[in-house]
Amino acid sequence: MDDKRQWPLYEVFIRARGGLDHKHVGSLHATDARMAIDHARDLYTRRQEGISIWVVPSAAITASDPSEAEALFEPARDKIYRHPTFYDIPDEVKTL
Amino acid sequence: MYTQALDVQGSDPAAPADDVSRERHFEARIEREEKIEPKDWMPARYRATLIRQISQHAHSEIVGMLPEGNWITRAPTLLRKSILIAKVQDEGGHGAYLYSAAETLGVSRDQLIDQLLAGKAKYSSIFNYPTPTWADVGAIGWLVDGAAIMNQIPLCRCSFGPYARAMVRVCREESFHQRQGYDIMLRLAQGSVEQKRMAQEALNRWWWPALMMFGPPDAESIHGTDSQRWKIKRFSNDELRQKFVDFTVPQANFLGLTLPDPRLHWNDAEQRYEFGPIDWGEFDQVLKGNGPCNAERLTARRRAHSEGAWVREAATAYAEKQQRRASNRAA
Repeated sequence: MDDKRQWPLYEVFIRARGGLDHKHVGSLHATDARMAIDHARDLYTRRQEGISIWVVPSAAITASDPSEAEALFEPARDKIYRHPTFYDIPDEVKTL
Repeated sequence: MYTQALDVQGSDPAAPADDVSRERHFEARIEREEKIEPKDWMPARYRATLIRQISQHAHSEIVGMLPEGNWITRAPTLLRKSILIAKVQDEGGHGAYLYSAAETLGVSRDQLIDQLLAGKAKYSSIFNYPTPTWADVGAIGWLVDGAAIMNQIPLCRCSFGPYARAMVRVCREESFHQRQGYDIMLRLAQGSVEQKRMAQEALNRWWWPALMMFGPPDAESIHGTDSQRWKIKRFSNDELRQKFVDFTVPQANFLGLTLPDPRLHWNDAEQRYEFGPIDWGEFDQVLKGNGPCNAERLTARRRAHSEGAWVREAATAYAEKQQRRASNRAA
């Protein structure tokens, strides 16, 4: 109710185990990236949920526009020839 | 810990004509069980309902740290103390997940916290009851967190993506809360005569307020219909309350404790427990701010906020200094 400068928002990504991708888990406020890492550790890994943390200022993320989803993703729908199941291979042909 | 169906206030203007087709599209998506994400178009009433519900839920987690936090310094053993600290820390974490989810709807965390501290925001009525003995900590874990789980599990499937995902995380952690509470009750119930009496008295204090956590009866619930149509709420207050009673009575029996309801009995025909009337007058009073601890809880939150101001200021100043140094080095 006093100091009116809200700390910036960071998005948090956690790698659950070696070999897996970092995955978005949520967001938090912090004064800087270092504090964001510390808070992410307390907030998102209290039960060994991760072995590595990434934090990214939320303002740095550019997202695709949901209203353009059709224009972006529809064109892929009629290109089923990109999938191996599109091709009918005779049973006699093996290891293909 | 939990939101209650106290989703109150909020009359919203009808949608303008050009929004009608978008609203129809939106309702169709909900109907198909698609998740709504923050950047998707949504009716203003859906947004307002969610901001209200998620922020009330977040406030409940934060205020919910107080009744139990009250016992951290007096927990009977080091292990119980460690467990209680972990539980209270979880509640703080749950509040943080939920504030984040609410923020995706375009409201700032500072606004929400200001509303709480100004006494304008609601939070679950249950946290306005006192915890006079150690057994109350057990009863809260068992009953209050138990009721919370009952409410929160369906919320994992709620139509708003960020809320649903936060609830998945919360529910995963909540089971520990309920079990540690039951474990406390079990120990006391198997202990000395005094310990058993302590457990019984705590159960007497928390049983009815726990039933009130599910919110007013369906017949009087004002927001039920919209929330159910939008798949924010999947079951009615009365349905969840009944389920809670059916689950909890056998647990109380196992403890050898008596639920403080002389009318409670098994209805064999309907395969459920019937219970006595709930004192909704008490519930209304607590919601209006006249519960045993309303003033105390708000005072504690305000004090924590103002006494923590220097920490926030120092952290901001430090971050600015680091930034200045970094840019000086770069120059």
